[in-house]
Amino acid sequence: MSFSPPKRSVLPGFGLSLGFTLFYLSLIVLLPLSAAFIKTAGMTWPAFVEAVASPRVLASYRLSFGASFLAALVNSFFGLIVAWVLVRYPFPGRRLVDALVDLPFALPTAVAGIALTMLYSRNGWIGQFLEPLGIKAAFSPLGVFIALTFIGLPFVVRTLQPVLAELEPEMEEVAVSLGAGRWQTFVRVIFPEILPALLTGFALSFARALGEYGSVVFISGNMPFHTEITPLLIITKLEQYDYRGATAIAVVLLVASFLLLLLINLLQKWSRRFHFV
Amino acid sequence: MAAVVVSSLADARRTAAPPRAAQEAAWVRWLLIAAALLFVGGFLVLPLAAVFTEALRRGFGAYFAAFADPDAIAAIRLTLITAAIAVPCNLVFGVAAAWAIARFNFWGKSVLTTLIDLPFAVSPVISGLIYVLIFGLQGWLGPWLQAHNIQIIFAVPGIVLATIFVTFPFVARELIPLMQSQGSDEEYAAIILGASGWQTFWRVTLPKVKWGLFYGVILCNARAMGEFGAVSVVSGHIRGETNTMPLHVEILYNEYNFVAAFAVASLLALLALVTLGLKTFIEWKHQQALAAIP
Repeated sequence: MSFSPPKRSVLPGFGLSLGFTLFYLSLIVLLPLSAAFIKTAGMTWPAFVEAVASPRVLASYRLSFGASFLAALVNSFFGLIVAWVLVRYPFPGRRLVDALVDLPFALPTAVAGIALTMLYSRNGWIGQFLEPLGIKAAFSPLGVFIALTFIGLPFVVRTLQPVLAELEPEMEEVAVSLGAGRWQTFVRVIFPEILPALLTGFALSFARALGEYGSVVFISGNMPFHTEITPLLIITKLEQYDYRGATAIAVVLLVASFLLLLLINLLQKWSRRFHFV
Repeated sequence: MAAVVVSSLADARRTAAPPRAAQEAAWVRWLLIAAALLFVGGFLVLPLAAVFTEALRRGFGAYFAAFADPDAIAAIRLTLITAAIAVPCNLVFGVAAAWAIARFNFWGKSVLTTLIDLPFAVSPVISGLIYVLIFGLQGWLGPWLQAHNIQIIFAVPGIVLATIFVTFPFVARELIPLMQSQGSDEEYAAIILGASGWQTFWRVTLPKVKWGLFYGVILCNARAMGEFGAVSVVSGHIRGETNTMPLHVEILYNEYNFVAAFAVASLLALLALVTLGLKTFIEWKHQQALAAIP
């Protein structure tokens, strides 16, 4: 009797299920996505450069990439604290907080957008306290950053939680018995272990923020050169029937997203090797 | 595999850390808990509370009046229709993809798995744009569609297509890791005992993955009903005709009709809360099932 897996599986349905999967994937995802690249390939190089590197577009990249980066950074810091507290400390209401972390996944972005705008506008619950300090939150780059932070929070927490839960307590006990303080143990023992997951969470949060539209357009105010994010610029170009311009910017954003996806895949491979060695 | 959506039944979380010699001082613990609660409260609970407060600002009369508006009813109907088409499509796809990927070995499997995740990496705005490039007036099929009097962009079919795109991976990426972790021994047994392929699927596989399937479906449904960016590009914003609930919220908000905007938004927020509740319930069920296995 042989225990090696059979060369031809006895289970039926391989042809049907794979055939349908490939057909549906091509029809819904691959073909439409390739349309963007083919449309752009028909542009001359100078026209492409003008479409994707005009000053207004460059300003939108600066805002989109900058605000997404800062939001992912803040999420990494607080996400680590939230994940740590949820995994390690029992406290009343922990289950509720754990469930709430997924809210930005579940809440439609337009709802998040108008709610955040209400909170941070001049007479909103939070905005009224920022106003006397001279801080303008809604309709400023700060508003964009706030919306992107909201949208990215679950990514860091959900990536870190399983990794934190699997940490071996023995390692920390060894560190303590060898004379390390708690902070030293965290920096030298725990942090290197969770670093790949933290970077993955950062990248996921950054990638999501880069393409985000719904939660940002309400709070940003959408002023060209000032609070106009790249996805909004694509819509603006579309509304002016500048299909080529819109598609060219979309291709730049798509390439950035695919590079991030690749980076996330590599980070996860690294993270897995870390844990199974 | 890129876990672009991070929540999954497959990584069942262990909580309640064992008592350890290495513990933080009590004041550090409480400081961290306070920081976490403050962050979650400020960034997640406050916006949620703001939605309901603003919706009820003028009392229940004004709140319910927002739903008597025929445009609001049309928007709710369109949202329900869209989800009723998009979710089953992606459900069938998810099951087929999971069956192929989790039950068979073939060349290019990991590439296929990554490609299924692709829509999560694409900006919602671009998800709408690509369908405009194909079906729009200036698009590849535009002239042909116009000659045959078929409208896809700025009409319901475009909204459904864009929604299918953005919710494409949900069911598949929930089922694939779950079915991979379960293995195919029981299916082999069923086949060897003489069950047909469909019998095996309905009687053996489906009962094993039903919670995972349900989990994928509710997340898919929440996104399908709440999608804004992609739908906004292809809808054309015709009141009473091509406005979904999130688009109706936008229109009301931009007209400074805040009570009505937040009233419709509160319905979507309720949907989100129900989704989170069901999700937590399924995770709890799943953990119980795992604990029951010796």
